[in-house]
Amino acid sequence: MSAMKGWIDIGAVVDIPMLGARVVKSAVGCIAIFRTEADEVFAIDDKCPHKAGPLSQGIVHGRAVTCPLHNWVISLESGAAQGADSGQVRTYRLKVEKGRILLDGATLAASHAA
Amino acid sequence: MNVTVEGKPTANRKGAVDQPKPRQRLVVIGNGMAPGRALERLFEQAPDAYEVTIFNAEPRVNYDRIMLSPLLSGEKSFEQIVIHGDGWYVKHGVTLYKGATVTQIDRAAKTVTTARGITVPYDKLLIATGSLPIIIPVPGHKLAGVLSYRDLDDVQAMLLAAKSRGHAVVIGGGLLGLEAAVGLKEQGMDVTVVHLAPTLMERQLDTPAGHLLQRAIEARGIRILTGANTKAILGEKKVEAVLLEDGTRLVADLVIMAVGIRPNAQIAKDAGLTVNRGIVVDTSMRSSDPEIYAVGECAEAHGQVFGLVAPLYEMASVIAQQLAGDATAAFQPSALATKLKVTGINLFSAGDFAEGRDREEIVLRDAARGVYKRLILKDDKLIGAVLYGDTADGAWLFDMIKKAKPVDAMRDTLIFGPSYAGGSPLDPTAAVAALPDEAEICGCNGVCKGKITAAINTLGLKSLDDVRAHTKASASCGSCTGLVEQLLTISLGDTYNPTAVQPMCGCTTLGHDDVRRLIVARTLQTIPDLMQALEWKTSCGCAKCRPALNYYMIATWPDTYKDDGQSRFINERVHANIQKDGTYSVVPRMWGGVTSAKELRAIADIVEKFEIPTVKCTGGQRIDMLGVKKEDLLAVWADLNKAGMVSGAAYAKGLRTVKTCVGTDWCRFGTQDSTGLGVKLEKFLWGSWTPAKLKLAVSGCPRNCAEATCKDIGVICVDSGYDVHFAGAAGLDIKGTELLGHVTTEAETIEVIAALTQLYREQGRYLERIYKWAKRVGLETIRQQIMADVERRKALYDRFVLSQSFSQKDPWAERVGGHDAHEFAPMADLTRLEAAE
Repeated sequence: MSAMKGWIDIGAVVDIPMLGARVVKSAVGCIAIFRTEADEVFAIDDKCPHKAGPLSQGIVHGRAVTCPLHNWVISLESGAAQGADSGQVRTYRLKVEKGRILLDGATLAASHAA
Repeated sequence: MNVTVEGKPTANRKGAVDQPKPRQRLVVIGNGMAPGRALERLFEQAPDAYEVTIFNAEPRVNYDRIMLSPLLSGEKSFEQIVIHGDGWYVKHGVTLYKGATVTQIDRAAKTVTTARGITVPYDKLLIATGSLPIIIPVPGHKLAGVLSYRDLDDVQAMLLAAKSRGHAVVIGGGLLGLEAAVGLKEQGMDVTVVHLAPTLMERQLDTPAGHLLQRAIEARGIRILTGANTKAILGEKKVEAVLLEDGTRLVADLVIMAVGIRPNAQIAKDAGLTVNRGIVVDTSMRSSDPEIYAVGECAEAHGQVFGLVAPLYEMASVIAQQLAGDATAAFQPSALATKLKVTGINLFSAGDFAEGRDREEIVLRDAARGVYKRLILKDDKLIGAVLYGDTADGAWLFDMIKKAKPVDAMRDTLIFGPSYAGGSPLDPTAAVAALPDEAEICGCNGVCKGKITAAINTLGLKSLDDVRAHTKASASCGSCTGLVEQLLTISLGDTYNPTAVQPMCGCTTLGHDDVRRLIVARTLQTIPDLMQALEWKTSCGCAKCRPALNYYMIATWPDTYKDDGQSRFINERVHANIQKDGTYSVVPRMWGGVTSAKELRAIADIVEKFEIPTVKCTGGQRIDMLGVKKEDLLAVWADLNKAGMVSGAAYAKGLRTVKTCVGTDWCRFGTQDSTGLGVKLEKFLWGSWTPAKLKLAVSGCPRNCAEATCKDIGVICVDSGYDVHFAGAAGLDIKGTELLGHVTTEAETIEVIAALTQLYREQGRYLERIYKWAKRVGLETIRQQIMADVERRKALYDRFVLSQSFSQKDPWAERVGGHDAHEFAPMADLTRLEAAE
């Protein structure tokens, strides 16, 4: 699992539309990578805690996304469902360097192990 | 049908056949608010007494001149200020000549003649020629760019000039001048007001209130020069600057003269009637010729001329009574009240407030709150009041002035208003509750408290709009809206919710209608611009407002707006319907429900090639392929495109399907080619975005096999043509359609449906189905605009066609061609990386 350690380059920030998301396929399932209006990038599981809706397909606003299936609002920072709903999705560490998005292989592996 | 051609009558007379008794001919010169009100009252009292002909020099129907300022500032649209639409004239059998100026009255022959030579006889003549703006004859007053502020044409010219975002100079700091200044500032101009007197609105305000007003207007970024006399208007071909007596030179791209009005009485003078400042009338509103009446700003009664609407409406009522046969009706001018129609500035004055030895005054000042109140007493009676900042007691005080009751007992507490006088806490509702029934609430329309409360109780009115519809109270300038709402609260208690305007979402306090209006009024062309200008509370909206705003933008600016995919729900972003497992369903168009072997073969091949698990017929007569993986979408579409099929928009808040039966092609009962019409409609309407989904159907006969009478828009073919229906529902609610109207040709059917769709596109709130929209705005209004007002229908149709020229592109073909490629491929695939481990 050596390649899963360290930072994995998954693409450029500009590959994601502003206020949009793209999907990274991994052995642990799809990870949704979001880009906010403030140009921040977040990675969370592409699976709503409610009925497993693909969060990457939702509408992004502030630091949150609204699930396309039943309008749950999920925080991109914490992965927690907002408002009256309760639920949690896994978040992934990443960093942006020179416009490239680097996903933390360790969190990916940890998730893999979990 | 109501044909509107300049110089030609738009008529629907009641014929002589059903009207055996010859009616008197009433001719009205002028179509402003005063004669409009007079006719309204006359039709109430004696609906069939007169055959009425109106000559309007303006090429339009009667509109609310008081509302020109909200029109200029962008708070209202012309449609919202129309008093009598074309339908009103038709309903009352009135012949209206639009854009027709009467140039001669022949009193001996009892006829009037227009500039184009139309001569019409009268039994009774009503002159309502209004007033003309006073133009100061300084050098340069005829230059292009010098306007007055009297009618819709002036406002339109001002709006056009304001687009330059240049400099405007308003000459005159009275009511109209200040409203014009604020309106032009709202439109983005740099505005200076030049006023001759030392304080603003000196005819309605005393000096302290004038100063408070000046500060409030200056706080809006408008420059005010008082004691300033205009010497000349400078410029070569058009206005460039205004020169003042003191040598000050003000740069100007636009100059508004708002220094006053004078009665427009020339035609009466030419006819030999007695004219001083205005056409002299007696208390019965008759001029020196007993067959000729005058009303409005052109009339002079009791030696006075009038410019505010309340006395003009009183004149109108007297004339209506006189014409209806009540010879005792007499016009007695009462005290006048003024309000400034500038949002955010509360100002009220009434009666006589000049200083004098025989007068006493009571003054209250609260500098911190910006409140100033001054009451003027004479012989122990209230004769005048000036309120600034807090005008809640205006109606109560005005009532006291008009009644001229002694105030001795209340004198100590008079200035604190009726609620204090009663000993209860200062609650504005209590103040209104304390008003007597005959207290006037709405000055514009002369509606008193008792009439409003009676209407609320007997007619079961529930909302402000209800009260406006039934009593007209607060329907004109709207400054008494607060009072009317308080009356609703008093009458209905907690069941009345004054904040019934639902905000779009938590990001704003504005409702959908306000947002749509402001998009147009303030030319907001992108979502970020809108959020900035309308002070959105969140950085980039939410999943509720963004799709709505994106729709409003695309519907308002079809030619320039760039669709924002990130503000669309996923189905509209990827042009397929998301399913519960994250796969998609794909529905190609089958025009009018008609398909072919070639299309069916292509679909069969695609289903096998991509292992699509479910194929099913939809309720809209087409085929749905369910369970398509997102990464297969492009390839599926490419194959469908190859077979000539395009997106069926089964996901869109837009045109979905046009369901048909087989009609005359096959059916022994068919009366028209319903399938053909359905195909034509679908080919005409496809690609359009609407507030919510739009489903149509065309049935070939009243047996209605296509179930057209539960659709958003439905057509029932009959022998004589086509019945167009709308506002049906067969989902959450079940509701039969309403008949919009009957037309005789296919082309007309398509025009009517396109116009209806456009009206819905322009007025519907996002996600509001057509039946809910129709219920909200009223079926009759819609019928009127689509079926009766042919000009309006054509304009709607043209706007729809323009919008369609930008929207009829197959989104599938665009995406197969590479558009939005990021939507359909993962960003990275780490499974391969892991597999290599």
